[in-house]
Amino acid sequence: MAGTTPRTLFDKVWDSHVVERLPDGTCILYIDRHLTHEVTSPQAFESLRLAGRKVHRPDATLAVVDHNIPTSDRSAGIEEPESRLQVETLERNVVEFGVPYFPVNDPRQGIVHIIGPEQGISLPGMTIVCGDSHTSTHGALGALAFGIGTSEVEHVLATQTLLQKPAKNMLVRVDGTLPPGCTAKDIILAIIGKIGTAGGTGHVIEYAGEAIRALDMAGRMTVCNMSIEAGARAGLIAPDETTFAYIAGRPYAPKGGALEQAVAYWRTLPTDAGAQYDKTVVLNATEIAPQVSWGTSPEAVVPITGAVPDPDAEPDDARRAQLRRMLDYMGLAAGQKLAGLPVDVVFIGSCTNARIEDLRAAAAIAAGRHVAAHVRALVVPGSGLVKAQAESEGLDKIFLDAGFEWREAGCSMCLGMNPDKLTAGQRCASTSNRNFEGRQGPGGRTHLLSPAMAAAAAITGALTDVREFS
Amino acid sequence: MDKFSHLTATAAPLNLANVDTDKIIPARFLKTIKRTGLGKDLFSALRYNDDGTEKPDFVLNQAKYRGAQILIAGENFGCGSSREHAPWALLDFGIRCVIAPSFADIFHGNCFKNGILPIALPPEICAQLMADAALGHNARLTIDLENQVVVRPDGTKIPFEVDAFRKHCLLNGLDDIGLTLAHAPAIDAYEAKMPAWQPAITGV
Repeated sequence: MAGTTPRTLFDKVWDSHVVERLPDGTCILYIDRHLTHEVTSPQAFESLRLAGRKVHRPDATLAVVDHNIPTSDRSAGIEEPESRLQVETLERNVVEFGVPYFPVNDPRQGIVHIIGPEQGISLPGMTIVCGDSHTSTHGALGALAFGIGTSEVEHVLATQTLLQKPAKNMLVRVDGTLPPGCTAKDIILAIIGKIGTAGGTGHVIEYAGEAIRALDMAGRMTVCNMSIEAGARAGLIAPDETTFAYIAGRPYAPKGGALEQAVAYWRTLPTDAGAQYDKTVVLNATEIAPQVSWGTSPEAVVPITGAVPDPDAEPDDARRAQLRRMLDYMGLAAGQKLAGLPVDVVFIGSCTNARIEDLRAAAAIAAGRHVAAHVRALVVPGSGLVKAQAESEGLDKIFLDAGFEWREAGCSMCLGMNPDKLTAGQRCASTSNRNFEGRQGPGGRTHLLSPAMAAAAAITGALTDVREFS
Repeated sequence: MDKFSHLTATAAPLNLANVDTDKIIPARFLKTIKRTGLGKDLFSALRYNDDGTEKPDFVLNQAKYRGAQILIAGENFGCGSSREHAPWALLDFGIRCVIAPSFADIFHGNCFKNGILPIALPPEICAQLMADAALGHNARLTIDLENQVVVRPDGTKIPFEVDAFRKHCLLNGLDDIGLTLAHAPAIDAYEAKMPAWQPAITGV
């Protein structure tokens, strides 16, 4: 019974959104916020149109363009015809269905997972979905936020609900204090390295412990963002004073008495003492070092002081085949050290690491130094507002003086749907979330790391231990 | 959505773990506003050389697997992005069933929405099916969803689990939205009780 059985944060958010429980346990789950972008929505709107259905709650929906758009000057429109068609299709759909929309030249435009929290649209205790797996980002606010496919996008547009069964509860507790030079990105990469890319499958991960509590909201978003890389559809962090301070004053957040009412409710959300988790993993933050991925799966990660493992030590056939393929694709040898590996490109951006705090961390390393001669380095802010804030702090000047490119907001080289992509064989130090084969461009080689580590790689021209930069 | 009840077909072995959705269909092919036509780009990097010619050693390029409708794969198949283009590409190629030791959650759900049956079986069973699949079109597998069994070429029946609601939808080719809209009064009642602090997104 509610109120008597101790419940987790996930249980509470889930329970409060069950519209109806069907006989087999499938729930009609109410969705408070539906974010949508140009890549995974056209087929959903088309099906609505064919079925003569409307968007059930346009006022719970927000559309933005981010995946396909160039990050150079956009005043002249989009050159690439297929990208342009997707953007134009979204623009027609938002008009036809009355959905609120931030167009490409709106200062609020940006990566969907940056702008939801930034605008106060993503709030604690909510259910939030988007046709994008990194929707888990919004869980940093204490919301149940997860990615959905296009059929489910259509389902939410038409009904404001989803048919779901509850996930299992998983606790990832990070005790202790993070050492200097380490960031939220290193925490989440270390977690994925420990539990694997399927470690959270079927579960929602709640992140807790001293090291998580100590993170600012940007860091919490970085952690929750990569929950999907650990197999979990959603990651959550209990809302606290840090969360409430972040929300206050944001454009679409409740204000005045409504905010007080909301905060009073949000304070009831953290997991009850004695609540049970199906799975618990504990890490000690003091043992975390700056992380870097070496392979083509986010679990293929080691401390910067580490080396590439030997596939021959792997007993499982399919896994050994995957490891060999990884080394071949990445152009690495078993036992090779990561530190000192030359890079061609550095990408600072993505829904994982393109908030103002990320740009400050990178700028602190870049200030007064210069990008290595053979390196192309891009900084792509997560939103127009992040870009404006960075410029007001003079970060753009630091980056430009150091030889970085200073771009417009978008997903950019995280997935190479726009012109920002790697060419075959190029090696990239990237603050993004996925190092899959071809992710940043066909044949491109990705090493995932933190913004500070990426900036350090840009300066030295090779993977570098940021702790060596004083 | 096409119904799925019974399938007898060639199975293609793809013995790789953690096949991600970028591998199934790279992002550059997502610039479409349609659901169809993605089959030619399925497994693009595994299937084609840089000049667009086929890699002859890739399983789906071999004559005996070109008509495969079942795929046997390694653990954690479909990890990564939520792109429904992954099941669309599989379906457009002709794949109606994927068997693996485990699946990523979003991909798993997306399959059911498109008439593709994902079957999770223990690794040792998948290894047997992988060996069956290696025999090519002389060794067809049968998938019987009604009775929840995979029938091997030697007639051995392997039972599998499937969510009852999803099975019902697949067997009948049902549209989820229609089912949910039958509960519209419950959704309206829920909305009537929503907390006042939760603001609408207006004035954008």
